[in-house]
Amino acid sequence: MDRRAFLGTATAGAAALALPAVLRAQSKDPVKIGFPLPLTGPFAALANDMQRGATLAMEQVNAKGGVLGRKLDVLFRDDQLKPAVGAQRTKELIENEKVQFVVGGLAAHVQMAINEQTKAAQVLYISVSQSDEISAKPDTSPLTFHEALNPTITGRAVGTWGVQNLGKKWWIVYADYAWGKQINAVFTDIVKKHAGTILGATPYPLGNPEFSAHLPRIQAAKPEVLLAVTPGADGVAFTKQAISFGMKKEMKILAPLHFLFYAKEGGADLFSDIYGGTSFYWEVQDTVPQAKRLVEAWTKRFGVPPDAYGLYGYSGIMEVARGVELARSTDSTAVASALRANPVYDHYKGKQWWRPCDNKSFQDMWIVKGVPQSKVRGEWGYYDVVSRIPANEELDRTCAEKGHA
Amino acid sequence: MIDISASALAAQIFTGLVLGGIFVLLAIGLSLIFGLMTVVNFAHGSLYMLGAYFGFFLLGLTGSFWVALALAPLLVGVFGLLVERVLVRRLYGRSIDDPLLLTFGLSLVLVEAVKLVWGKVGLTLDPPRELGAAVNLGFMTFPVYRLFVIAVTALVLLVLWLFLERTNVGLVIRAGSRDPLMVRALGVDLGRIWLLVFGIGTGLAGLAGILAGPMRGVYAEMGVTIVIESFVVVVVGGMGSLVGAIVAGVLIGEVVSLTTFVAPQLAEIMVFVVMALVLLVRPSGLFGEAGLLE
Repeated sequence: MDRRAFLGTATAGAAALALPAVLRAQSKDPVKIGFPLPLTGPFAALANDMQRGATLAMEQVNAKGGVLGRKLDVLFRDDQLKPAVGAQRTKELIENEKVQFVVGGLAAHVQMAINEQTKAAQVLYISVSQSDEISAKPDTSPLTFHEALNPTITGRAVGTWGVQNLGKKWWIVYADYAWGKQINAVFTDIVKKHAGTILGATPYPLGNPEFSAHLPRIQAAKPEVLLAVTPGADGVAFTKQAISFGMKKEMKILAPLHFLFYAKEGGADLFSDIYGGTSFYWEVQDTVPQAKRLVEAWTKRFGVPPDAYGLYGYSGIMEVARGVELARSTDSTAVASALRANPVYDHYKGKQWWRPCDNKSFQDMWIVKGVPQSKVRGEWGYYDVVSRIPANEELDRTCAEKGHA
Repeated sequence: MIDISASALAAQIFTGLVLGGIFVLLAIGLSLIFGLMTVVNFAHGSLYMLGAYFGFFLLGLTGSFWVALALAPLLVGVFGLLVERVLVRRLYGRSIDDPLLLTFGLSLVLVEAVKLVWGKVGLTLDPPRELGAAVNLGFMTFPVYRLFVIAVTALVLLVLWLFLERTNVGLVIRAGSRDPLMVRALGVDLGRIWLLVFGIGTGLAGLAGILAGPMRGVYAEMGVTIVIESFVVVVVGGMGSLVGAIVAGVLIGEVVSLTTFVAPQLAEIMVFVVMALVLLVRPSGLFGEAGLLE
């Protein structure tokens, strides 16, 4: 054997020996999911809940051996509730951290920015907070999935219930950004459809803690129902000020969504007798066995029960895992097709499904009502469950209305 | 219709007064500090926030809102003394940008520090039971606590005015803001006066914070927007002018409140429109002296 031949054989041999190691290392690499969310700012409590949900989902998947024999790794990044920061963090996650999927975003305007990045990079994105546009043309894409409720579904469900049960004359106070405006439009529409009237609507800047300038005008109009579209910490400030002006006695207050952690922050008496919708409240475990299992595991792990947005995070990660297993691949297109082909899932509260034409999830929701401090059950029993609204595709716009051919 | 509008308008003007009260307390502190030391204190919003958090802490410790209301501004004032002595003092005589950058950095540090200690989620500060109700003023129901805020603001302004106009220390402060060189030449130790004024200014920010807490909630970023609005108040009133801070504070509060009545979306912008208009007509603000910034 001459020197050249020897070198050739040796190199080939070394390469052959090394190859399985490379393959093994690759297959042992975790499946990475990027998760931008507003860990600071007015939605911080919701984001913490969401981070717990995604963490628990990751731990449960990994405890059962991961996906395709690989561990799941969820990378959380603070988007500060700013679209530009959300876009930047997502870009970094995709380009630097090489995440295969993105789940997250906790505000309509930020998830649009995240979606622009995932679309450009052809990465599957499961959005886990409310937005109408995210599952409609031109913003959506075949790789964009929407796990949360959206303003149309929330508005039609809660609005119909409210106008039938609370009163016909409404005033709407709404945060002046994407979600608030959508909610305002949908409620206005549904209240009028049920022969109700909108006496007035007041926009205010999101994250603004001072509402007193709006309140005298609303009181003078004497509405029967005050719809408070004041998400996150704004809801605490708004309710506090509305009560201090004596408005709780003068009218019924309804919120499109109730948030357990802000009820805790503001105290039960603040939110007592205030109605609201939610995609999950932990005490529905009394009637839903799947929910009971999850609430127990969650409470054991974190010491607090889950709330609606935490479970969006949980379900989002679980769906990525399910999609990867179904597709036997981490290719975004293959996973998206697999989810559309097997649309039904049930991670925590009963049957949910993806509508294949717009990748929108449909799910049950509930109407709850705050109880006063003297009636709070244990540490977290802040609401009475008033009504269950079953999942129904008719609550959303049709795919044709959303621009899907 | 006109009847409703008239009483609603009165209600709106009244609400604007409370908004203005908080602005006045913040702006006076900013203006005092700027007038005497030409320091643009960007940490003022964070000190306001600190006042609310100290109030929450003291309320938990003592169980009394009144004790918290008295002590929280003092604590913030003492913290202000330390800031002046340890940090800001080194920068006197340098460009106006240096203390501005320092206090801006400090404001970021304070926000993060508060999050480390009290967590990222906001807190609830309840007004004392005796102030929790609402009274019927005839044209509107109004929270007693907000009336209390107006009263405290008025009282503090009166005390401050007596202090500045009727005491020897007040005389030196006023003289020091007119002509520091001459005051030094007369043998006055201006260093101690600066320290005192910085303490008073920051203490007023702390007072505004604990007063605002029960109305708006307590959270780490609560000072971020209000410090900008307070600067607008100071600029409209005239940098360094106390009367200006009071007049402009009430003016901006009313502008916000009345704009909300007519066109809620414009309320935030109107603050800056007013500033632009005032600066066009009077470049040094309503009560400002020309040339202070040069």
